[in-house]
Amino acid sequence: MSEAILTARGISKFFGGLTAVDRVDLDIYPGEVVALLGDNGAGKSTLIKCISGVYRPEHGAVTFNSVDITAHAPADIRSRGIETIYQDLALAENLDVGANVFLGKEKTKRLFGLIPVTDDAFMQAEAAQALDKLDIKMPSLRQKLVNLSGGQRQAVAIARAMYWQARLVIMDEPTAALGVPEQRRVLDLIRSLRQQNIPVILISHTLQDVMAVADRMVVMRRGRVVANLPRQAATEELIVGHIVGSAAVGGNDAN
Amino acid sequence: MASKIQAGERRAVVNPRLIEFLTKSWSYLFLLGLVIYFSLTGTGFFSVRNFSSILTTSTLIMLMAIGQTYVVITAGIDLSIGWTVGLSSVTTARVMRDLAETGNDVAFAMLAGVFAGLLVALIPGFINGVLVARIKVPPFIATLGMFGIVRGAAFLLTDGQQVVRGLSSELREALRLIGNGSLLYYIPERGFEWLALPPDLPAAQLRTAAQLLPYPVIITALVVLVFAFILARTKFGRHTYVIGGSEEAARRSGINVDRHLIIIYAICGFTAGIAGVLHLFRFTAGAPQAGEAALLSSVAAVVIGGTDLFGGEGDIMGAVVGALIIAVLQTGLVILNIDSIWQFIVVGVVIIVAVLVNQAQEALEKLQANV
Repeated sequence: MSEAILTARGISKFFGGLTAVDRVDLDIYPGEVVALLGDNGAGKSTLIKCISGVYRPEHGAVTFNSVDITAHAPADIRSRGIETIYQDLALAENLDVGANVFLGKEKTKRLFGLIPVTDDAFMQAEAAQALDKLDIKMPSLRQKLVNLSGGQRQAVAIARAMYWQARLVIMDEPTAALGVPEQRRVLDLIRSLRQQNIPVILISHTLQDVMAVADRMVVMRRGRVVANLPRQAATEELIVGHIVGSAAVGGNDAN
Repeated sequence: MASKIQAGERRAVVNPRLIEFLTKSWSYLFLLGLVIYFSLTGTGFFSVRNFSSILTTSTLIMLMAIGQTYVVITAGIDLSIGWTVGLSSVTTARVMRDLAETGNDVAFAMLAGVFAGLLVALIPGFINGVLVARIKVPPFIATLGMFGIVRGAAFLLTDGQQVVRGLSSELREALRLIGNGSLLYYIPERGFEWLALPPDLPAAQLRTAAQLLPYPVIITALVVLVFAFILARTKFGRHTYVIGGSEEAARRSGINVDRHLIIIYAICGFTAGIAGVLHLFRFTAGAPQAGEAALLSSVAAVVIGGTDLFGGEGDIMGAVVGALIIAVLQTGLVILNIDSIWQFIVVGVVIIVAVLVNQAQEALEKLQANV
C-alpha cells in the first residue's frame, strides 16, 4: 500500500483522572474505509476529536499529508481537508441544497457592479454538480432540507465535504437515524468516496454496515486499540469478541 | 366514505397548487379582503386621504417590526424595543431643545438630535446582543430586563414627566413640517401640489386635501427597502437564516455567530430608534411611552407576516403586510363605529390564525416533497 495519508502516534487524552484515549496509533491510507468500533465509552469519539482538533491530546502527534497538525484549530484542520460529518450533520434545514453546500462560504456577485449579493444560481448549479458526482438524485434542489429524508440530508453533508475538497472524511454514526433503504444509499456514498480515493473513517455501532463497506476494522476498548483487522480476517463474531473484551488476544492485537 | 377514495383521486379533488398559493399568500389576501370589506361597509374608508392616514399610522409598528423580524428569524425576541422607541424620542427631543435653547441653529439642533436619538437606540440593542450571544441569557429574559432598564432611562430623561417639556414653538413648527408634511399633495378638483398646500386654500378643500407621499411613509419605505434587501439578498441576510436554522451549523461553518447576533439586536434597536425619532416629528413631543403599546403589535405583525417564532423562516415584506393589517383593522373598526376595544380581540384571533396557517403550510410542503 502507498504511504499513509494520516498517522496518529501515541495519542493519549485524559479527562481528570479518566484516561479516555490511551497511547493509540492509527494509520489511514488513501482510498480505504476504516471502521472504528467499540462500546460506548471506548474512546472512539474522543480519538476522532483529537484528530479533528476539537480536543488537544495530552500526548502523541497527528500528521496529515506529512504535516504535523497536532492540536491545530478545528477550522485549520478542516481547511487542510479533514472533514468530520457529525450525527447532526451541521446543516441549516430551513435552507435549500445550494445554500447548505455553501454554508458560511456563500458565493457572491456584485449587483450593478457595486453591492455584493448572494449568487444563488451559481451555488445551485455547483451543488447540482457535486450531487451528480456522487450519483445522488434529489427531487428538487429548491427544496428546503427539512423536507428531505435523512439519507438525502446525509448526502448533502457528504456532497458539501466533497465540494470543498475533503481529503479525509470522518463520519460519526452516519446510518444511525436512517431506515434500511436509506442506510444502503449512505453506504453507497461511502463506496463512491472510496472510488475517488478519499479515505473514510467510519464510526458505527452497526456491524452489518461495517462488514458491508469497511476495508479495515479498528476496535477500541477502554481507550486502547485492541484489534486492527483487514476485512478478510474479520468475522462478526471476532469483532464482537474484541468489542466486549472476550476475544482471545492473539496476533490480531495492534499493540 | 373517505376510505373509498383512492390516493390518486384525492389529489384531483383539492388542487395542491391552489392550497399552496392560499397558504403562502393568505396574509396578502386577508389584507386585500379587509380593505375591500371596510371600503364597502365603512363610509369614507375608501379614500386617498384615509389610505394615506393608514399608511402613516402603520409606520411605527412597521419600523419596529423590521428589526423584530431579524431577531425572530434567529429564534430570538426583543421585548425592549417598545421603550427603545420612547428613549430615542425623548433623547432626540432633549438634545434638540437644549441645543436650540443655547442659541444654535434650529436645523443643526434637529440634525444633532436625530443623530443622538438613533445612536442612543443602538445601546440597548447592543447590550441585548451581548447578553444573548456572549453570556447566553435567553432572549426573552435579557430583553425583558432591558425593557425595565430602558423604560426607567426614558423616564429619567423627562424627570418623570409624560413628555419632554420646553420645546420652543419654532422647533415644533420645524418638526411638524417633516412629521406631518408630504412630498406630494392631492387636492380634489384642483390637482397635485408638491411640498406644501397653497396658503390660500379654502377650508372646504383643506379638509379633503390628501397627502400622497407623507414624509414618514417615504422614510419608512426606504428603511423597509434597505433591510428587506439586506435580509433577502446579502451574505449577512443568509447568515441570519443559517443561525435561525441551526446555530451549531452556523458556528461549524465558520460564521461568527456572536458578532452576528450582536449586530442583529443592534439593528432591532436601530429601527426602533428610527420609529422613536419619527414619532417625535409626528407628534412634536418627546414621549417615553411612545412605543409602549406598539411592542406587542410589532410582534403580532411579524407573526402574521409568516415569520416563525422558532426561527429560520420569515421576511420583511411579511412584517410590512402584518403591520398594514393591524393598521387597517384599527382604522376600519373606528370607521364602522365599532368599539376600538374589539381591535385587540380581532388582532388576537388573526395572530392565532396566522400561526395555524403557517403550520399547515409546513405540513403541506413536507407532503409535497414526499410525493
